[in-house]
Amino acid sequence: MSRVQPPGPHKIRVVTLQIDGRDIGAREDETILEVARENDIPIPTLCYLEGLSTWGACRLCVVEIEGTTRPQSACSTCVAEGMKVITNSERLERYRRTILELLFAERNHVCSVCVSNGHCELQQLATACKMDHVRFKYRNAPYQVDPSHDLFRVDHNRCVLCTRCLRVCDEIEGAHTWDVMGRGVECLLITDLKQPWGESQSCTSCGKCVQVCPTGALTKKGTAAGEMEKHGSFLVYLTEMRGNR
Amino acid sequence: MSSTAKVSLATAWLDGCSGCHMSLLDLDERLIELAQRADLVYSPIVDTKELPACVDVGILEGAVSTAADLKKARLFRERCKYLVSLGDCAVTGNVPSMRNTFPLKDVLDRAFIENVQAQPQHPITGVPALLQVVRPLHHVVPVDLFVPGCPPSADTIWYVLTELLAGRTPDPARVTHFGA
Repeated sequence: MSRVQPPGPHKIRVVTLQIDGRDIGAREDETILEVARENDIPIPTLCYLEGLSTWGACRLCVVEIEGTTRPQSACSTCVAEGMKVITNSERLERYRRTILELLFAERNHVCSVCVSNGHCELQQLATACKMDHVRFKYRNAPYQVDPSHDLFRVDHNRCVLCTRCLRVCDEIEGAHTWDVMGRGVECLLITDLKQPWGESQSCTSCGKCVQVCPTGALTKKGTAAGEMEKHGSFLVYLTEMRGNR
Repeated sequence: MSSTAKVSLATAWLDGCSGCHMSLLDLDERLIELAQRADLVYSPIVDTKELPACVDVGILEGAVSTAADLKKARLFRERCKYLVSLGDCAVTGNVPSMRNTFPLKDVLDRAFIENVQAQPQHPITGVPALLQVVRPLHHVVPVDLFVPGCPPSADTIWYVLTELLAGRTPDPARVTHFGA
Protein backbone atom coordinates (compact mmCIF):
# COMPACT_ATOMS: atom_id res chain seq x y z
CA MET A 1 0.00 0.00 0.00
CA SER A 2 2.82 2.36 0.76
CA ARG A 3 4.44 2.40 -2.67
CA VAL A 4 1.76 1.83 -5.25
CA GLN A 5 3.21 1.95 -8.74
CA PRO A 6 1.33 3.96 -11.35
CA PRO A 7 -1.02 1.55 -13.12
CA GLY A 8 -0.44 0.19 -16.61
CA PRO A 9 -2.68 0.71 -19.65
CA HIS A 10 -5.81 -0.68 -17.93
CA LYS A 11 -8.77 1.54 -17.19
CA ILE A 12 -8.09 4.05 -14.46
CA ARG A 13 -10.47 3.72 -11.54
CA VAL A 14 -11.67 6.23 -9.04
CA VAL A 15 -10.82 5.49 -5.43
CA THR A 16 -12.11 6.92 -2.19
CA LEU A 17 -9.69 7.88 0.54
CA GLN A 18 -9.49 10.07 3.60
CA ILE A 19 -7.08 12.95 4.00
CA ASP A 20 -7.12 14.52 7.47
CA GLY A 21 -10.53 12.93 8.08
CA ARG A 22 -12.07 14.30 4.88
CA ASP A 23 -13.57 11.82 2.42
CA ILE A 24 -12.10 12.45 -1.01
CA GLY A 25 -12.53 10.81 -4.39
CA ALA A 26 -9.47 10.62 -6.68
CA ARG A 27 -8.08 8.85 -9.72
CA GLU A 28 -6.00 5.88 -8.65
CA ASP A 29 -3.02 7.13 -10.69
CA GLU A 30 -2.78 10.36 -8.72
CA THR A 31 -0.33 10.91 -5.91
CA ILE A 32 -1.37 11.90 -2.40
CA LEU A 33 0.22 15.31 -3.00
CA GLU A 34 -1.75 15.94 -6.21
CA VAL A 35 -5.01 14.98 -4.56
CA ALA A 36 -4.25 17.08 -1.48
CA ARG A 37 -3.51 20.14 -3.62
CA GLU A 38 -6.68 19.66 -5.68
CA ASN A 39 -8.56 19.76 -2.38
CA ASP A 40 -6.69 22.74 -0.92
CA ILE A 41 -4.97 20.67 1.73
CA PRO A 42 -1.49 22.16 2.16
CA ILE A 43 1.55 19.86 2.26
CA PRO A 44 4.99 21.52 2.25
CA THR A 45 7.30 20.61 -0.64
CA LEU A 46 10.74 21.64 -1.81
CA CYS A 47 12.09 19.35 -4.55
CA TYR A 48 8.63 18.71 -6.03
CA LEU A 49 7.54 21.02 -8.84
CA GLU A 50 4.37 20.58 -10.85
CA GLY A 51 5.31 19.96 -14.46
CA LEU A 52 8.51 18.04 -13.69
CA SER A 53 9.09 14.37 -12.92
CA THR A 54 8.98 13.36 -9.27
CA TRP A 55 12.28 13.18 -7.41
CA GLY A 56 11.14 12.47 -3.85
CA ALA A 57 14.42 13.53 -2.27
CA CYS A 58 13.67 16.36 0.16
CA ARG A 59 11.12 14.39 2.27
CA LEU A 60 9.36 17.57 3.39
CA CYS A 61 6.07 16.24 2.02
CA VAL A 62 6.06 13.21 4.32
CA VAL A 63 2.60 12.16 5.52
CA GLU A 64 1.30 9.48 7.86
CA ILE A 65 -0.63 6.63 6.25
CA GLU A 66 -2.73 4.46 8.54
CA GLY A 67 -1.34 0.94 8.66
CA THR A 68 2.26 1.93 7.97
CA THR A 69 4.71 2.85 10.71
CA ARG A 70 7.01 5.04 8.64
CA PRO A 71 5.90 8.30 7.04
CA GLN A 72 5.74 8.25 3.24
CA SER A 73 6.47 11.05 0.80
CA ALA A 74 3.19 12.40 -0.56
CA CYS A 75 4.76 13.35 -3.92
CA SER A 76 5.78 9.79 -4.78
CA THR A 77 3.02 7.70 -3.22
CA CYS A 78 -0.13 7.02 -5.21
CA VAL A 79 -3.52 7.04 -3.55
CA ALA A 80 -5.35 3.77 -2.92
CA GLU A 81 -8.87 2.69 -2.03
CA GLY A 82 -9.59 3.19 1.66
CA MET A 83 -6.28 4.90 2.36
CA LYS A 84 -6.26 7.13 5.45
CA VAL A 85 -3.75 9.95 5.25
CA ILE A 86 -2.73 12.44 7.93
CA THR A 87 -0.83 15.46 6.57
CA ASN A 88 0.03 17.03 9.89
CA SER A 89 1.01 15.51 13.22
CA GLU A 90 3.47 16.31 15.95
CA ARG A 91 5.86 13.76 14.48
CA LEU A 92 5.57 15.13 10.94
CA GLU A 93 6.10 18.67 12.17
CA ARG A 94 9.19 17.54 14.03
CA TYR A 95 10.55 15.67 10.99
CA ARG A 96 9.94 18.64 8.69
CA ARG A 97 11.60 21.07 11.09
CA THR A 98 14.57 18.74 11.43
CA ILE A 99 14.94 18.40 7.66
CA LEU A 100 14.96 22.18 7.33
CA GLU A 101 17.47 22.57 10.15
CA LEU A 102 19.78 20.09 8.45
CA LEU A 103 19.45 21.96 5.15
CA PHE A 104 20.25 25.29 6.81
CA ALA A 105 23.22 23.74 8.66
CA GLU A 106 24.66 22.07 5.57
CA ARG A 107 25.54 25.05 3.37
CA ASN A 108 25.31 28.83 3.60
CA HIS A 109 21.70 29.94 3.90
CA VAL A 110 22.23 33.39 5.38
CA CYS A 111 19.02 35.02 4.17
CA SER A 112 19.86 38.67 4.86
CA VAL A 113 22.54 38.92 2.17
CA CYS A 114 20.99 36.52 -0.35
CA VAL A 115 19.78 37.71 -3.76
CA SER A 116 16.65 35.62 -3.21
CA ASN A 117 15.82 37.09 0.23
CA GLY A 118 12.06 37.50 0.40
CA HIS A 119 11.45 35.28 -2.65
CA CYS A 120 13.01 32.04 -1.46
CA GLU A 121 11.10 28.79 -1.02
CA LEU A 122 13.51 27.51 1.64
CA GLN A 123 13.04 30.71 3.64
CA GLN A 124 9.26 30.46 3.30
CA LEU A 125 9.32 26.82 4.37
CA ALA A 126 11.26 27.72 7.53
CA THR A 127 8.46 30.12 8.49
CA ALA A 128 5.66 27.77 7.44
CA CYS A 129 7.15 24.84 9.37
CA LYS A 130 8.00 27.01 12.41
CA MET A 131 11.72 26.37 12.09
CA ASP A 132 13.04 29.41 13.98
CA HIS A 133 16.50 28.13 14.94
CA VAL A 134 18.96 25.42 13.99
CA ARG A 135 19.92 23.05 16.78
CA PHE A 136 22.71 21.41 14.78
CA LYS A 137 26.24 22.62 14.40
CA TYR A 138 26.65 24.60 11.19
CA ARG A 139 29.10 22.90 8.82
CA ASN A 140 30.60 26.20 7.61
CA ALA A 141 32.01 24.45 4.55
CA PRO A 142 32.75 26.67 1.56
CA TYR A 143 31.35 25.73 -1.84
CA GLN A 144 32.27 27.25 -5.17
CA VAL A 145 30.50 30.04 -7.01
CA ASP A 146 30.58 29.80 -10.80
CA PRO A 147 29.90 33.16 -12.46
CA SER A 148 31.31 32.11 -15.86
CA HIS A 149 27.99 32.21 -17.73
CA ASP A 150 27.20 35.53 -19.43
CA LEU A 151 23.72 35.82 -17.93
CA PHE A 152 23.53 33.54 -14.91
CA ARG A 153 25.44 32.51 -11.83
CA VAL A 154 25.46 29.33 -9.75
CA ASP A 155 26.25 29.63 -6.05
CA HIS A 156 26.59 26.10 -4.70
CA ASN A 157 26.55 27.49 -1.15
CA ARG A 158 22.82 28.13 -1.61
CA CYS A 159 22.02 24.82 -3.32
CA VAL A 160 19.67 22.35 -1.60
CA LEU A 161 20.19 19.60 -4.21
CA CYS A 162 16.52 19.52 -5.21
CA THR A 163 17.58 18.83 -8.84
CA ARG A 164 14.78 20.95 -10.28
CA CYS A 165 17.40 22.54 -12.60
CA LEU A 166 18.50 19.12 -13.84
CA ARG A 167 14.93 17.98 -14.45
CA VAL A 168 13.72 21.12 -16.20
CA CYS A 169 16.83 21.18 -18.40
CA ASP A 170 16.44 17.51 -19.32
CA GLU A 171 12.67 17.13 -19.49
CA ILE A 172 11.47 20.51 -20.74
CA GLU A 173 14.39 22.16 -22.51
CA GLY A 174 15.86 18.84 -23.70
CA ALA A 175 19.43 19.99 -23.21
CA HIS A 176 20.47 18.00 -20.10
CA THR A 177 23.23 20.46 -19.32
CA TRP A 178 22.84 19.87 -15.58
CA ASP A 179 23.74 16.70 -13.77
CA VAL A 180 24.74 15.55 -10.29
CA MET A 181 28.17 14.42 -9.19
CA GLY A 182 29.56 13.28 -5.85
CA ARG A 183 27.78 11.91 -2.81
CA GLY A 184 26.54 13.25 0.51
CA VAL A 185 27.87 16.68 1.39
CA GLU A 186 30.18 16.51 -1.64
CA CYS A 187 27.16 16.33 -3.92
CA LEU A 188 27.24 19.05 -6.61
CA LEU A 189 25.05 20.08 -9.49
CA ILE A 190 27.37 20.35 -12.48
CA THR A 191 27.14 21.71 -16.03
CA ASP A 192 28.26 19.34 -18.77
CA LEU A 193 31.18 17.27 -17.45
CA LYS A 194 31.88 19.71 -14.62
CA GLN A 195 33.02 22.37 -17.01
CA PRO A 196 32.43 26.04 -16.16
CA TRP A 197 28.84 26.90 -17.03
CA GLY A 198 30.01 29.62 -19.42
CA GLU A 199 31.93 27.04 -21.43
CA SER A 200 29.07 24.55 -21.63
CA GLN A 201 28.43 23.31 -25.17
CA SER A 202 24.95 22.01 -24.38
CA CYS A 203 23.49 25.00 -22.46
CA THR A 204 21.02 26.97 -24.57
CA SER A 205 20.99 29.88 -22.07
CA CYS A 206 17.19 29.53 -21.83
CA GLY A 207 17.23 30.30 -18.10
CA LYS A 208 14.57 27.74 -17.14
CA CYS A 209 16.85 26.31 -14.46
CA VAL A 210 17.18 29.75 -12.88
CA GLN A 211 13.43 30.27 -12.81
CA VAL A 212 12.64 26.92 -11.14
CA CYS A 213 15.48 27.02 -8.57
CA PRO A 214 13.81 27.42 -5.15
CA THR A 215 16.70 29.31 -3.54
CA GLY A 216 19.42 31.77 -4.48
CA ALA A 217 21.63 29.02 -5.94
CA LEU A 218 20.77 29.84 -9.55
CA THR A 219 20.28 33.51 -10.23
CA LYS A 220 20.46 36.14 -12.90
CA LYS A 221 23.64 38.16 -12.83
CA GLY A 222 23.44 41.77 -11.73
CA THR A 223 21.03 41.11 -8.87
CA ALA A 224 21.70 42.42 -5.38
CA ALA A 225 20.28 41.16 -2.06
CA GLY A 226 16.55 40.52 -2.32
CA GLU A 227 16.34 41.42 -6.01
CA MET A 228 16.08 37.95 -7.54
CA GLU A 229 12.43 37.16 -8.14
CA LYS A 230 11.67 33.97 -9.99
CA HIS A 231 8.81 33.15 -12.30
CA GLY A 232 8.24 29.43 -12.60
CA SER A 233 4.65 29.57 -13.85
CA PHE A 234 5.74 28.93 -17.47
CA LEU A 235 6.33 25.33 -16.55
CA VAL A 236 2.75 24.18 -16.05
CA TYR A 237 1.76 26.08 -19.20
CA LEU A 238 4.50 24.43 -21.26
CA THR A 239 3.72 20.92 -20.08
CA GLU A 240 -0.01 21.45 -20.64
CA MET A 241 0.53 22.72 -24.18
CA ARG A 242 2.63 19.65 -24.89
CA GLY A 243 -0.22 17.41 -23.75
CA ASN A 244 1.67 16.49 -20.55
CA ARG A 245 4.28 14.61 -22.53
CA MET B 1 5.11 38.73 35.92
CA SER B 2 3.13 40.78 38.39
CA SER B 3 0.93 43.55 37.07
CA THR B 4 1.85 45.93 39.87
CA ALA B 5 5.65 45.78 39.85
CA LYS B 6 7.43 46.89 36.70
CA VAL B 7 9.13 44.22 34.66
CA SER B 8 12.90 44.61 34.39
CA LEU B 9 14.45 44.47 30.94
CA ALA B 10 18.11 44.18 30.01
CA THR B 11 19.59 44.26 26.50
CA ALA B 12 23.04 43.97 24.98
CA TRP B 13 24.62 43.58 21.59
CA LEU B 14 27.23 40.96 20.91
CA ASP B 15 28.62 40.63 17.36
CA GLY B 16 25.93 42.50 15.47
CA CYS B 17 25.53 45.81 13.71
CA SER B 18 23.29 47.28 16.46
CA GLY B 19 20.48 47.37 13.92
CA CYS B 20 18.23 45.35 16.22
CA HIS B 21 18.68 48.05 18.87
CA MET B 22 17.91 50.70 16.23
CA SER B 23 14.66 48.80 15.67
CA LEU B 24 14.03 48.90 19.40
CA LEU B 25 14.50 52.69 19.33
CA ASP B 26 12.19 52.78 16.31
CA LEU B 27 9.37 51.97 18.74
CA ASP B 28 9.25 55.79 18.89
CA GLU B 29 6.38 57.01 21.08
CA ARG B 30 5.68 53.44 22.13
CA LEU B 31 8.90 53.70 24.18
CA ILE B 32 6.94 55.93 26.57
CA GLU B 33 4.29 53.26 27.01
CA LEU B 34 7.03 50.67 27.43
CA ALA B 35 8.71 52.80 30.10
CA GLN B 36 5.45 52.85 32.05
CA ARG B 37 5.33 49.08 32.15
CA ALA B 38 8.99 48.08 32.23
CA ASP B 39 12.34 49.31 33.47
CA LEU B 40 15.29 49.13 31.13
CA VAL B 41 17.84 48.27 33.79
CA TYR B 42 20.84 47.59 31.54
CA SER B 43 21.46 48.31 27.86
CA PRO B 44 23.91 50.01 25.47
CA ILE B 45 21.30 52.78 25.25
CA VAL B 46 21.21 53.45 29.01
CA ASP B 47 24.05 54.36 31.34
CA THR B 48 24.11 51.41 33.78
CA LYS B 49 27.52 49.76 33.79
CA GLU B 50 26.61 46.51 35.54
CA LEU B 51 24.00 43.93 34.70
CA PRO B 52 21.80 43.61 37.82
CA ALA B 53 21.83 40.28 39.62
CA CYS B 54 18.26 39.40 38.69
CA VAL B 55 16.47 40.57 35.58
CA ASP B 56 13.06 39.45 34.28
CA VAL B 57 13.73 39.58 30.55
CA GLY B 58 17.12 39.69 28.82
CA ILE B 59 17.40 40.48 25.13
CA LEU B 60 20.58 39.73 23.24
CA GLU B 61 21.41 40.91 19.76
CA GLY B 62 24.36 39.59 17.75
CA ALA B 63 26.31 36.40 17.29
CA VAL B 64 28.87 35.03 19.73
CA SER B 65 32.20 35.91 18.11
CA THR B 66 34.60 36.85 20.90
CA ALA B 67 35.58 35.75 24.38
CA ALA B 68 33.73 38.84 25.68
CA ASP B 69 30.56 37.87 23.77
CA LEU B 70 30.70 34.43 25.33
CA LYS B 71 31.16 35.87 28.82
CA LYS B 72 28.28 38.31 28.35
CA ALA B 73 25.98 35.60 26.93
CA ARG B 74 26.68 33.41 29.97
CA LEU B 75 26.17 36.33 32.36
CA PHE B 76 22.82 37.17 30.73
CA ARG B 77 21.71 33.56 30.95
CA GLU B 78 22.70 33.38 34.58
CA ARG B 79 20.94 36.61 35.61
CA CYS B 80 17.88 36.75 33.30
CA LYS B 81 14.81 34.65 34.01
CA TYR B 82 13.80 34.77 30.35
CA LEU B 83 16.31 35.17 27.52
CA VAL B 84 15.36 36.38 24.05
CA SER B 85 17.62 35.80 21.04
CA LEU B 86 16.92 38.90 18.96
CA GLY B 87 17.71 39.12 15.28
CA ASP B 88 19.35 36.85 12.72
CA CYS B 89 22.90 37.24 14.08
CA ALA B 90 21.86 35.93 17.51
CA VAL B 91 19.52 33.32 16.02
CA THR B 92 21.62 31.98 13.11
CA GLY B 93 25.07 33.61 13.25
CA ASN B 94 24.07 35.52 10.09
CA VAL B 95 26.70 37.79 8.50
CA PRO B 96 29.29 37.59 11.33
CA SER B 97 29.31 33.80 10.92
CA MET B 98 30.27 34.04 7.26
CA ARG B 99 33.90 34.27 8.35
CA ASN B 100 33.57 30.68 9.57
CA THR B 101 34.43 29.30 6.15
CA PHE B 102 37.93 30.75 6.54
CA PRO B 103 40.54 29.91 9.20
CA LEU B 104 40.62 32.68 11.83
CA LYS B 105 44.25 33.52 11.05
CA ASP B 106 43.41 34.15 7.38
CA VAL B 107 40.59 36.48 8.44
CA LEU B 108 42.88 38.48 10.74
CA ASP B 109 45.67 38.54 8.15
CA ARG B 110 43.33 39.86 5.48
CA ALA B 111 41.98 42.61 7.70
CA PHE B 112 45.06 43.71 9.61
CA ILE B 113 48.08 42.69 7.53
CA GLU B 114 47.37 42.21 3.81
CA ASN B 115 45.27 45.32 3.35
CA VAL B 116 47.04 47.84 5.58
CA GLN B 117 50.09 49.97 4.96
CA ALA B 118 50.84 51.36 8.42
CA GLN B 119 51.94 48.98 11.19
CA PRO B 120 50.50 45.69 9.97
CA GLN B 121 49.78 43.60 13.09
CA HIS B 122 47.03 41.57 14.72
CA PRO B 123 45.24 43.59 17.42
CA ILE B 124 46.03 42.07 20.80
CA THR B 125 45.41 44.82 23.35
CA GLY B 126 42.16 46.55 24.25
CA VAL B 127 39.96 44.22 22.21
CA PRO B 128 38.63 40.79 23.13
CA ALA B 129 40.10 37.77 21.37
CA LEU B 130 38.07 36.41 18.48
CA LEU B 131 36.76 32.87 18.85
CA GLN B 132 37.73 30.36 16.18
CA VAL B 133 34.09 29.85 15.21
CA VAL B 134 31.22 32.35 15.35
CA ARG B 135 28.13 30.72 16.86
CA PRO B 136 24.49 31.61 17.32
CA LEU B 137 23.51 32.45 20.91
CA HIS B 138 21.61 29.21 21.58
CA HIS B 139 24.70 27.17 20.73
CA VAL B 140 26.40 28.55 23.85
CA VAL B 141 23.51 29.10 26.33
CA PRO B 142 19.88 27.95 26.45
CA VAL B 143 17.49 30.49 24.91
CA ASP B 144 13.78 30.90 25.68
CA LEU B 145 12.57 32.72 22.58
CA PHE B 146 13.87 33.22 19.05
CA VAL B 147 13.01 36.40 17.17
CA PRO B 148 14.53 36.24 13.68
CA GLY B 149 14.82 39.21 11.33
CA CYS B 150 17.61 41.37 9.97
CA PRO B 151 16.67 43.43 11.81
CA PRO B 152 13.30 42.46 13.31
CA SER B 153 11.01 45.45 12.73
CA ALA B 154 9.91 47.77 15.52
CA ASP B 155 6.43 46.26 15.17
CA THR B 156 7.89 42.78 15.69
CA ILE B 157 9.75 43.91 18.82
CA TRP B 158 6.62 45.65 20.10
CA TYR B 159 4.55 42.52 19.54
CA VAL B 160 7.11 40.36 21.36
CA LEU B 161 7.47 42.77 24.29
CA THR B 162 3.75 43.39 24.77
CA GLU B 163 3.01 39.67 24.67
CA LEU B 164 5.72 39.00 27.25
CA LEU B 165 4.46 41.87 29.44
CA ALA B 166 0.98 40.39 29.23
CA GLY B 167 2.39 37.10 30.50
CA ARG B 168 1.90 35.29 27.19
CA THR B 169 4.44 33.49 25.01
CA PRO B 170 4.73 35.33 21.70
CA ASP B 171 4.78 33.49 18.38
CA PRO B 172 7.32 35.54 16.38
CA ALA B 173 6.78 33.39 13.25
CA ARG B 174 3.53 35.32 12.82
CA VAL B 175 5.34 38.61 12.30
CA THR B 176 8.93 37.93 11.24
CA HIS B 177 11.25 35.45 9.54
CA PHE B 178 14.93 34.91 8.68
CA GLY B 179 16.19 37.82 6.59
CA ALA B 180 13.11 39.98 7.32
